[in-house]
Amino acid sequence: MRLGSRDETGFQRLELNMTPMIDVCFQLLIFFMLTLKVFATEGDFDIRMPIAAPSEGKPEDVENPPLAIRLKADDRGRLTGILLGEKTLKSFQELREEVKSICAGKDPKTLEVELDCDYVLRYEYVMEAITHVSGFVDQNGNIVKLIEKIKFKPARGGPAE
Amino acid sequence: MKLFAHHVASETCNPDMTPMIDVTFQLIIFFMLTLNFVTEDQSERIKLPESELAKPPETPWESPIILQLTDAKPPTVIVGGDEVDLRAVKVRLEREKTHLRELNRSVGKATVIIRADRQSHTGTVQKLIKDCQDLGFERFVLRAREKYTGVAQRT
Repeated sequence: MRLGSRDETGFQRLELNMTPMIDVCFQLLIFFMLTLKVFATEGDFDIRMPIAAPSEGKPEDVENPPLAIRLKADDRGRLTGILLGEKTLKSFQELREEVKSICAGKDPKTLEVELDCDYVLRYEYVMEAITHVSGFVDQNGNIVKLIEKIKFKPARGGPAE
Repeated sequence: MKLFAHHVASETCNPDMTPMIDVTFQLIIFFMLTLNFVTEDQSERIKLPESELAKPPETPWESPIILQLTDAKPPTVIVGGDEVDLRAVKVRLEREKTHLRELNRSVGKATVIIRADRQSHTGTVQKLIKDCQDLGFERFVLRAREKYTGVAQRT
């Protein structure tokens, strides 16, 4: 077996066979490339779900009753209406502005929202509502919190049990 | 530049392999670090709703149980890699509860993470939460996908 060759000065030059290492490296590279899965960043929203139904439980905070947000849907699950208390709102952006004015000068931890949704309403609208009442991103990219406590009223409609 | 001299039979071309091997190793290291084997908790079938406020939790949730609600008809729930009917989810949760007890962990302190498809009915999500409540689970979080707003966010 020939490992090296002598150059013109007479020193033996070692010639390593790199082929197997490069083969293995490329196989590893292909394996990792094929198994790569890119996942988008995910985040969580904390929600409060008292065990007792709202009518059965005693009122928790008389001074700051929860803001009632009603989300109406058509039979295909699309959003047809947003109500904050008795007030009809045109968009989630308007909901955020209303919540901002209510929350002005108050501690986000003391305020609460109660979502009252139709059974068939698509979940994406609920998440949008939660996003708009939870806070907003200001011009500097900082998250400003509005309301942290979120809970659900039993859904309206839906299949009979 | 003349690379091969046909008149000298013993002359060979020895390209410098060092840069290529360097790059290859860097690519391997990159792919190794980004490799994610745990995919059963992030089913690709679930299309999460988006939110610009969705941020990963600063501290990991205590005893997390991930329930993935699909938009199938009838709706199904993926728990620990198994897909079960929504009506059968209580049975599966009982097993999770038993497992928590074996580990001497409180059921009330366990966090139920709900990854529901954006097309799911809100009532179905609430029914899932209700089923968990019936078994003593109290802490719930709703998971959403981070929405890029074009502004670098700072928490």
